[in-house]
Amino acid sequence: MADTILEMRNISKTFPGVKALQDVSISIEEGSVHAICGENGAGKSTLMKVLSGVYPHGTFDGEILLRGEPVEFKSINDSEAAGIVIIHQELALSPYLSIAENIYLGNEKQRGGFIDWNETNLEAGKLLKKVGLRDNPITKIVDIGVGKQQLVEIAKALSKEVKILILDEPTAALNDDDSAHLLDLIRQLKQQGITSIIISHKLNEIKAIADRVTIIRDGRTIETLEMHEEGASENRIIKGMVGRDVASRFPDHVPHLGEELLRVEHWTVHHPLDRTRKVVDDANISVRAGEIVGIAGLMGAGRTELAMSIFGHSYGVGISGQVYKRGVPVSVNTVSKAIANGIAYSTEDRKRYGLNLIDNIQRNISIAALDKLVNWLKLVDAHRETTVANEYRASMNIKTPNVTAVTGKLSGGNQQKVVLSKWMYADPEVLILDEPTRGIDVGAKYEIYTIIDRLADQGKGVIVISSELPELLGICDRIYTLSEGRITADVPREKATAEYLMQFMTQEREKTHV
Amino acid sequence: MKPLTNAVQYLGSQLRQIGLFIALIVIVVFFQITTNGITLAPINVSNLVVQNSYILILAVGMVMVIIAGHIDLSVGSVVAFIGAMAGVMMSEWHIPWPLAVFFCLVIGALVGAWQGFWIAYFGIPAFIVTLAGMLVFRGAAQIALGNQQISFFPIEFRAIGSGFLPAFGTTGYEPLTLIIGVVASLAIVANAARQRMVRRKYNLEDEPIWWFIVKLVFLIGLVLTVAFLLASYNGTPIVLVILGVLVVAYTVVMQRSVFGRHIYAIGGNLNAAALSGIKTKRVTFLLFVNMGVIAAIAGVVFTAGLNLAGPQAGTGFELDAISAVFIGGAAVTGGIGTIPGAIIGGLIIGVLNNGMSILGVDSDYQLLIKGLVLLAAVAFDVYNKRRSVGR
Repeated sequence: MADTILEMRNISKTFPGVKALQDVSISIEEGSVHAICGENGAGKSTLMKVLSGVYPHGTFDGEILLRGEPVEFKSINDSEAAGIVIIHQELALSPYLSIAENIYLGNEKQRGGFIDWNETNLEAGKLLKKVGLRDNPITKIVDIGVGKQQLVEIAKALSKEVKILILDEPTAALNDDDSAHLLDLIRQLKQQGITSIIISHKLNEIKAIADRVTIIRDGRTIETLEMHEEGASENRIIKGMVGRDVASRFPDHVPHLGEELLRVEHWTVHHPLDRTRKVVDDANISVRAGEIVGIAGLMGAGRTELAMSIFGHSYGVGISGQVYKRGVPVSVNTVSKAIANGIAYSTEDRKRYGLNLIDNIQRNISIAALDKLVNWLKLVDAHRETTVANEYRASMNIKTPNVTAVTGKLSGGNQQKVVLSKWMYADPEVLILDEPTRGIDVGAKYEIYTIIDRLADQGKGVIVISSELPELLGICDRIYTLSEGRITADVPREKATAEYLMQFMTQEREKTHV
Repeated sequence: MKPLTNAVQYLGSQLRQIGLFIALIVIVVFFQITTNGITLAPINVSNLVVQNSYILILAVGMVMVIIAGHIDLSVGSVVAFIGAMAGVMMSEWHIPWPLAVFFCLVIGALVGAWQGFWIAYFGIPAFIVTLAGMLVFRGAAQIALGNQQISFFPIEFRAIGSGFLPAFGTTGYEPLTLIIGVVASLAIVANAARQRMVRRKYNLEDEPIWWFIVKLVFLIGLVLTVAFLLASYNGTPIVLVILGVLVVAYTVVMQRSVFGRHIYAIGGNLNAAALSGIKTKRVTFLLFVNMGVIAAIAGVVFTAGLNLAGPQAGTGFELDAISAVFIGGAAVTGGIGTIPGAIIGGLIIGVLNNGMSILGVDSDYQLLIKGLVLLAAVAFDVYNKRRSVGR
């Protein structure tokens, strides 16, 4: 048995209103690959931010022991000095600087205040060799793919004499070859004595490289499994990840299904920056009047990309496939055409894509359907606008003193209701709701579910994208599972259980290589 | 004492709005005293309007561009180019002046379409495109004029810039101007009262009645004073009528038309606007076409007023217009700003220019003082915003 290099004891971290971590304990053996897995929002990333000093000592409870000695990291610099380096999911490289410059960013090789370029490029070259990159160190980051960028991040970590390498969803944005290469590299690093902590929910990967896996759910550690022992099966991990009770947090709803409203066939979308990568691959989905259809998929499965590409080609390039409205082929290549064809999309990121936060509620509600409010002079009838906004304020229970209040000052739940009001006023036939309850407290969630049921009862087709399985199980009549851009299953309500869905959500594409 | 505390608190919350007016009044009073009453003398008020009209006209277009999150650095050069074309058309090609003015507006629209194309459809930042436009149209003006000045425009054309509405009676107070002043005041009262009644009807939170009255009285006082002062000189300048029409029309456009709403939506959150089905490129394109036409109007007014088309006309106008917009409370990041605000901002600059000229302040110092005023106005804005967020 190897020595324990790192131990985190009874870590608890609270954000206003949310307990993100409760009594999480974990111990990592020196020279091992330790996986941490859990659903989106389970607290994995928060735990790693505690470890790496992003949340400084004192903002959480519990203690961190490095080789048995308690440590207090006040910033990322402290944790890096101790040999702990975290590589975030969103890579932190400066695109227009060279590989070598990025590797030594903030840690420049200098002589007398000037950068020693020869030394920089020479040393960078050595590090690149270690991670299996043959590119010239003076190549700019924009000119290499995401997979290589990931390797540059690791080279950067090696330059800091890393002892413990934390990788947050390292393969989420990579294609199969790059993923395989990365996993190989982690094995090599292990042989050199570097400990890796990998956050992932790709079960095959975890099985392939992890020595142990710790499962986290709802901010608590569920269990730690030795991967080489009996009983450490994928099923057990899945059960650990999702095994919470689906209580009656959802309103009762009896669906009244009508004719098919929307059908999408052979929908394929390529990544805007990497045209060889299919983000959505030959997807077929449909929704009927009065139906609530869920799309379940893990981070990076292509959920939002699927929805946004259908909604006016707002995401992706090289889009192919056909959208049918009540059986008739329609074009959705601009947002206004999609809206005209009765499709609406409410975004998962309402602050960036959903609302004009500096404007008032009433103007946010009306903006997608201003044409309904103009008088014979083509001027917006502000009084009718106010009336409309007040109707939604009442029916959606938007908590605000008045509809001329600035939207940015509302709570997350109320902002979400404003977004939903906007689309309800545009009166589409099909609504695609992307993470409709993200960042919303439990009470408001129930209200949103009620609204979704009401929309279905009005004969609209509703597609709900969510990373919370219980939510989909609670409100949907049918659930598609999405994995690596492909629809892997179409599961009716009766058959849907969290374990069943998770199998298909983690189903990987057949590898073309061994 | 309670009502007084409430009143003070309410005024505090309206600080931005009031601050602008107070700044204008303080500056006017300051110059009125230091210039021994020349500032508010009838002839000077009339000059103030005529001499600043083109900046105010430009500010109307500029505030729309800035609300959408863009900027236009080319308007000064466009003013020169339009002036040059007006000169060439009238004195060399002998085109009748009404037709020439019409062509000027068409040229302005084409200039705007040119810049709007690169910005909206090609995706080059407006800063770059209009910086290029600043050089291009300055050059075009010089080429059109052959580096000569053109003077001696038809008298009817010159009236656009320096003429007055027909006056009744030769002495005392000119009645038409007084009538316009009274009618404008009545319109302001009627509109404000109607708005207030509607707000009452829809149960909207409204400003306290005392503040409503104070504001109205102040506004009417301002309008009537200006009308009175103008009436005791030559009457209503034609540029004031042009300006008034533009301000009213574009205020309606920005507050009530779909186009105006789309501009605010784009400036407030471009992504959200696009995902709400707004044709963001089209709106941006039309916005610059509009700016081109407004710059052409300013060019016509300026050329007519000066009775001169010169290659260096309009130099630095863009900076005055942009300053006016920011002093008037627009946000650099877009989404916030109003046309009345920009007009007050323009008046502050105008009064500063005028007052300092009367006092004989050296032009170098004038620049320095104007720069500091701009900085102070925006700093006040930022401070105010931070304070309200802090609460």
